[in-house]
Amino acid sequence: MKSLTSEGRQQSAAWTFLAPALVLIGVFFFVPVLAGLVMSFTDFDIYSIGRPDTIRFMGMDNYRHVLADGEFWRALRNTLYFVVVGGPLSVATSLAAALLVNAKVARMKGFFRTVFFTPVVTTMVAVAIVFRYLLHPHYGLVNNALGFFHVAPIDWLGDPHWSMPAIVLLAVWKNFGYNMLIFIAGLQSIPEDLYEAAQLDGAGWRAQFVHVTLPSLGPTFLFVGIMTMIGQFQIFAEPYVMTQGGPLRSTVSVVMLMYEQGFRWWRMGYATAIAFILFAIMMTVTVIQMKLQGDRGQS
Amino acid sequence: MTPRAGITAVLATCALFALASAGCARHAGRTTIRFWGMGREGEVVQELIPDFEREHPDIHVVVQQLPWTAAHEKLITAYVGKSTPDVSQLGNTWIPEFSALEAIEPLRPWLAKSAGLDSSGFFPGIWDTNVIDGEPYGVPWYVDTRVVFYRKDVLERAGYSTLPQSWEGWREAMRAVKRVVGKERYAIFLPTNEWNPPVIMGLQAGSPLLKEDGTRAAFRDSAFRRGFDFYMSLSREGLAPSVSGNEISNVYQEFARGYLNMWITGPWNIGEMRNRLPDSLQDAWATAPMPGPTGPASGLSLAGGSSLVVYRASAHKAQAWAFVQFLARPDVQLKFWRLTGDLPGRVEAWRDTALTADPNMRTFGEQLTRVVATPKVPEWEEIAIRVQEQVERVVRRASTPDSAMSVLSADVDRMLEKRRWLRDRSRATGGGGSR
Amino acid sequence: MKRALPSLLVHALLILGALVTLTPLLWMVSASFMPTGQASSFPPPLLPSAPTLEHYVDLFTRLNLARNFANSLLITVGVTLFSLVVNSMAGYAFAKLRFKGRDATFKVLVAAMVIPGQVGMMPLFLIVKSLGLVNTPWGVMITGLATVFGIFMIRQFALSIPDDLLDAARIDGASEWRIYWTIVLPVLKPILVTMATFSFLSAWNDFMWPLIVLSDSSQYTLPVALANLVGEHVQDTELMMAGSVLTVLPVLGVFLVMQRSYIKGVLMGSVKG
Repeated sequence: MKSLTSEGRQQSAAWTFLAPALVLIGVFFFVPVLAGLVMSFTDFDIYSIGRPDTIRFMGMDNYRHVLADGEFWRALRNTLYFVVVGGPLSVATSLAAALLVNAKVARMKGFFRTVFFTPVVTTMVAVAIVFRYLLHPHYGLVNNALGFFHVAPIDWLGDPHWSMPAIVLLAVWKNFGYNMLIFIAGLQSIPEDLYEAAQLDGAGWRAQFVHVTLPSLGPTFLFVGIMTMIGQFQIFAEPYVMTQGGPLRSTVSVVMLMYEQGFRWWRMGYATAIAFILFAIMMTVTVIQMKLQGDRGQS
Repeated sequence: MTPRAGITAVLATCALFALASAGCARHAGRTTIRFWGMGREGEVVQELIPDFEREHPDIHVVVQQLPWTAAHEKLITAYVGKSTPDVSQLGNTWIPEFSALEAIEPLRPWLAKSAGLDSSGFFPGIWDTNVIDGEPYGVPWYVDTRVVFYRKDVLERAGYSTLPQSWEGWREAMRAVKRVVGKERYAIFLPTNEWNPPVIMGLQAGSPLLKEDGTRAAFRDSAFRRGFDFYMSLSREGLAPSVSGNEISNVYQEFARGYLNMWITGPWNIGEMRNRLPDSLQDAWATAPMPGPTGPASGLSLAGGSSLVVYRASAHKAQAWAFVQFLARPDVQLKFWRLTGDLPGRVEAWRDTALTADPNMRTFGEQLTRVVATPKVPEWEEIAIRVQEQVERVVRRASTPDSAMSVLSADVDRMLEKRRWLRDRSRATGGGGSR
Repeated sequence: MKRALPSLLVHALLILGALVTLTPLLWMVSASFMPTGQASSFPPPLLPSAPTLEHYVDLFTRLNLARNFANSLLITVGVTLFSLVVNSMAGYAFAKLRFKGRDATFKVLVAAMVIPGQVGMMPLFLIVKSLGLVNTPWGVMITGLATVFGIFMIRQFALSIPDDLLDAARIDGASEWRIYWTIVLPVLKPILVTMATFSFLSAWNDFMWPLIVLSDSSQYTLPVALANLVGEHVQDTELMMAGSVLTVLPVLGVFLVMQRSYIKGVLMGSVKG
């Protein structure tokens, strides 16, 4: 009997404890997401703000128009560039940093770990501004450092061929410390006797890296890969602050296009359709990545 | 965290918010009005405030500066959030949108009360940009248009003492310049990332750009096509390089070394040319009004610039209007020109000798008598970007003129679909008007 | 790997990496003290010729950035405190209270973590508008007051609280509230500290949502004000660097003080996240 009342009491207490969080998440997350789905099938736009009676149901029109819009494909191309070039580069940098910090001979591990992690916590807007100046074709430190190696000055943010690499550079610098931490944890969980066995077989450090370290890090790679990719698909502040999407729209990302359509031109139905298409692409790529990794794990 | 500490912290935060939002109950006895200015104008206008406050001791003006890149969305957000300023600067191509939203005040009653301030004081083409369906919504502050900047010395070497004012004569002059400067240099710069030159030529050829009350594209009609063909001929004959502004890293340098010898651009470049061209070339460049298809009278250009608007939600419209009147006064506009180089919208200000004595200013003064507004629909800015994209495709031979113009028309017609629907609906119900 | 990578090489690379990583931040600090125009001279100087505080003075006087700093601080502290209370209540309930629909509700929440916030952004803006919160700090805060990630992390931690401890308190007649305040919260303290750090950093650094919600410069958070400023003062390198220092300093400080528990949180999130 006693336990029953306790159950009942817990039941009501539980919902009281959950209520604030569930209400907040419900009203400010689930409702908007569902409303967004509905909105993506309407022509909600500048005329609709003052006069809701001008909203019309458009079926799949927004989705069709997004997929027929060269602007969208350009933004998607830019974003994919960021994912495909920036992703592996960022993961490789993280792994290299993790290997160095975790190396047996390395001293002051804590210090280096903190240093490498520092960019992660900085404010994107502020460091994007700093990079704008570092990448200045004439006065920037980057070109001057390159000039040291006799590389001709690069107009990083003014030349459409270099603007995306510039943004990738910023993103790698800003984010590699996060994945580095996760790789360090992954490295530390590899049992020492695996290396010892490999050494007995006469494996050098390269063979140990390929046959012990990399395979053991499999799950870590999957996690890091997916998280990095999800973050990169949603890139916004970097181009917004560094280039405003220019030059020649060469750095407009999908989220930036959504922002422009939604909050500059106020075509909210259209912008929401862009957001859902991006979501679908992200889900697809995630599933593919998990499949690939899963298959490799089995073979 | 103990429960009490948690609650105290939350309460303290709330109290701080209350303090922060209370603000501005100061300036007792004076009415505070909020003015939003954009870009450099938003900064420089501060210097005019002391004069205004001296004349109106009961009004205090607080200026907020917005960068141009964010101004549009911030104004709309402010409108949606019911936090618009009392009065602001507004790019005159934005007036259709803000009047459609009913965010800004129709000014007819205010103008009627203000002696000496009416349409007759301004360039007609500029004033017209502020008039939507017969109702004025803004007062021109500074104006902006485009003329031809050219290398006088190069043109002279090519046998011309002035820039011909008809399309044919102009093109002949460009061919002559091309012969003088050689294969690797060009007569004129038509950046492929600018919509203005092809649109100006379309307007000159008589195209309205949009038709049927701004609900259909007119880019496939013969008038626009005439202007577009002329524009394309300059590129196809090799008179203009097929490059964008971004591919020319320093236009002034290219202008100085004679790689580019003409450029259709705006008043801000008068100052830039003075600062950036070497001293030896300061007498070698000049400006001329836009040539037109049939001579000077058809040499139209764009009516650009910024207007002053009062917001409907303002609680201090009379004070806001007093500020508009002040900024629209000829002497204040002249002072603003001296501070910024922005051209006065008030015709009277142009009688000042400082303006009449300067040949470049005279060029702009003359051009301003022949300016027209771009279509007054909220969608225009987006349409302009589409025009530029399709024109660029043709210039770069990624598309033919025929297919580019039909793609453009289809895109623009789609953008305007909502306007057609709204127009048809209001016709059917017999009320409202298309806005 | 033992004999493979010589110590000298490892340390050389570590030091090089650290230099490259820190250079942007160090240059930012250095340039913020340079006299106007020095940062745009050739070759680019690394240290100020005559260190000056004028840009910081400028930020606080002429540009009124103190106001934006205060806005950011209020929003960040508000979000952090509020979310700790709300998330810890929910996380604890999911971990330790027995009630119908617990697992289903939790699963729905966790599944929702894959949905990116952008898909609901336009309707969210309209909701914020209808609540009259556009251009207010509350409008910025609402998205961070309760987070699935926070609830998830606290739940994982709370699972380790022994049931006996709670049941003993119940037998002693303690109310569920009392159990939460006096027994659960003290046990959760380590994770609460971690989550506070997370929440502080992400609320301070947040850019897109405040950019959308705030229209009036007196309401801007520091990052939004900074992005606004760079539109107008892009040539004033030293001034912009001072603004960047001001923006980055609080988060760097919090991180350096809290880094142990912060890093623990990152790893915990990656193991189960």
